[in-house]
Amino acid sequence: MSVLVFIDHADGQIKKSSLEALCYGAKIAEQLNIAAEGILLGTVSDNLADLGKYGAKKVHQVSNDSLNQLDSQSYTKIIAEAVHASGAKVIIFSNNISGKAIAPRLSARLKAGLVSGAIALPDTANGFNVKKTVFSGKAFANIALNTDVKIISLNPNSYKVSAGSGGAAEVVALNAVVDAPKIKVAGVTKTSGEVPLTEAEIVVSGGRGLKGPENWGMIEELAKLLHAATACSRPVADAHWRPHNEHVGQTGIAIAPNLYIAIGISGAIQHLAGVNRSKVIVVINKDPEAPFFKAADYGIVGDAFEVVPKLIDAVKKLKGVV
Amino acid sequence: MKILICISKTPDTTAKIAFRDNNTKFVADGVQWIINPYDEWYALVRAIELKEKDPSTILHLVTVGIADADPIIRKALALGGDEAIRINADSQDSFYIAAQIAEIAKQGAYDLIFTGKETIDYNGSSVGGMLAELLDLPYISLATKFELNNLTATVTRQIEGGEETDEVNLPVVVSCQKGVAEQRIPNMKGIMSARTKPLKTVEPAAIEPLTSVVSFELPPAKAGVKLVSPDNPEELIQLLHEEAKVI
Ligand SMILES: Cc1cc2nc3c(=O)[nH]c(=O)nc-3n(C[C@H](O)[C@H](O)[C@H](O)COP(=O)(O)OP(=O)(O)OC[C@H]3O[C@@H](n4cnc5c(N)ncnc54)[C@H](O)[C@@H]3O)c2cc1C
Ligand SMILES: Nc1ncnc2c1ncn2[C@@H]1O[C@H](COP(=O)(O)O)[C@@H](O)[C@H]1O
Repeated sequence: MSVLVFIDHADGQIKKSSLEALCYGAKIAEQLNIAAEGILLGTVSDNLADLGKYGAKKVHQVSNDSLNQLDSQSYTKIIAEAVHASGAKVIIFSNNISGKAIAPRLSARLKAGLVSGAIALPDTANGFNVKKTVFSGKAFANIALNTDVKIISLNPNSYKVSAGSGGAAEVVALNAVVDAPKIKVAGVTKTSGEVPLTEAEIVVSGGRGLKGPENWGMIEELAKLLHAATACSRPVADAHWRPHNEHVGQTGIAIAPNLYIAIGISGAIQHLAGVNRSKVIVVINKDPEAPFFKAADYGIVGDAFEVVPKLIDAVKKLKGVV
Repeated sequence: MKILICISKTPDTTAKIAFRDNNTKFVADGVQWIINPYDEWYALVRAIELKEKDPSTILHLVTVGIADADPIIRKALALGGDEAIRINADSQDSFYIAAQIAEIAKQGAYDLIFTGKETIDYNGSSVGGMLAELLDLPYISLATKFELNNLTATVTRQIEGGEETDEVNLPVVVSCQKGVAEQRIPNMKGIMSARTKPLKTVEPAAIEPLTSVVSFELPPAKAGVKLVSPDNPEELIQLLHEEAKVI
């Protein structure tokens, strides 16, 4: 019996969201008094034995380069076999882009209940209940997993990564028949800045208050200084001031960074739906009546074109950048 | 070309979210219901565009829901589509919905199945993947572009920090999000013709859901905003550093 955590990677590196999933899985394993194990498909440059620090006793690896491209169909088959072979009772994914492609397939294949978008550890006092976001972050639901094998996909930035004192994980090669993928990857383009929006701990976001795309320089500069990702409101993406993959909100991407800085955004309910799980929200808006202030922790009522350059200077000072 | 589009009914994006019966049920009184935006704006509109290019294309809409979903599915038919199927059951969980739709899909020999990226009420992002597995089909999730050349689809999908373009032979299941198409408003002709388009009701298959909702919760209220003077943004940076400890 074990808790099996899917270890996702890109460009040869394990994703931070997978370390969150691993730490979360290790905690569940502790609650259930069983071991946490990882499964990684493909090859990475990271040392897998180091995953022991995050709680993995064992890491199963199918080191086949063809698996470095996600194919949810063949991935699901391999993971399902590993679940049978290892007797895993709980399977953890990050609810990131890969998790959204694989976890539902695995659920249907194993007839194992799935909670996607979990934000807390399961409550095992009465059954096995997991809290997830519903209504686009406006509420939570506690969902009972009623099957013997259970699958949870954890929302990114919902569980803290902490390296413990665990020893090296045992790395075991897993033999698997790898089907030829039915999906052929024709090309990859990296569009956004250096920090992917869904993984970012800090997000700097701009709205229609910024007047036009030519004014995004200061947003990008502030983001860069804070090692943050950039985002925008829907009308900004609709007007093609910014790429559509920066659009956050009910109909865009939902994020939960530690810090969300909203500049020239009114705070419409549909915008809030995508960002209201941010731990700290800062709003900069010239209108004191802007609804966003009701959802904010800190705010400045002022003109973005005056305030943001001063913020940039203050951050430079803090970080010792001249 | 035969396309199946999965349509779900969700509360309007501005609906007040409240619960009753010990936080076990959503308060639906006074709530306006809409087609889930991802299903309407992207999945359905892209399918309609494909039919406009190739008029021999057949579009079937499917929903799992009781009779109160009829106005929603009619509205979807008003945008476009040839006929609709309503599986007469309360949607229990994502697996239950996917398994019901799989029954319809198996009978229909569809070349292409579209879903939305996620429902804006349950936020599962699950039905499409489950459906693909039940039908043993490839699945491309979070598509931002969809092109068809005969029996090959070229699909761009979101990845962390960018996009990937995939090629796949039909049949395939695709979940659609922003970028795939542009929102449309139904016209009078569409609304009139929707009245006479077939809306078939079928009884659900015997399927056990895998999960159940125990209770709902609302997030705790915010303590209130701390305002900093616009003349002194440095103080904000200090607070974020020392008090909130986020930078
Ligand atoms: C079904 C549906 C789904 C939607 N989904 C989304 C979604 O996912 N995401 C989303 O963002 N929106 C969404 N919307 C749109 C949403 O309702 C709002 O229209 C949108 O969020 C407004 O964007 P904004 O705040 O950038 O622009 P505005 O509402 O125009 O606000 C601009 C703000 O900037 C301030 N401002 C102006 N000049 C300055 C200045 N010099 N300095 C500082 N502040 C200034 C103004 O006071 C104002 O508050 C959706 C709408 C619908 C109907
Ligand atoms: N009751 C339903 N009937 C038909 N399709 C549905 C239903 N629920 C969800 N879907 C489809 O599955 C997608 C993903 O839903 P979900 O997994 O709930 O986020 C939606 O965008 C719809 O296309």
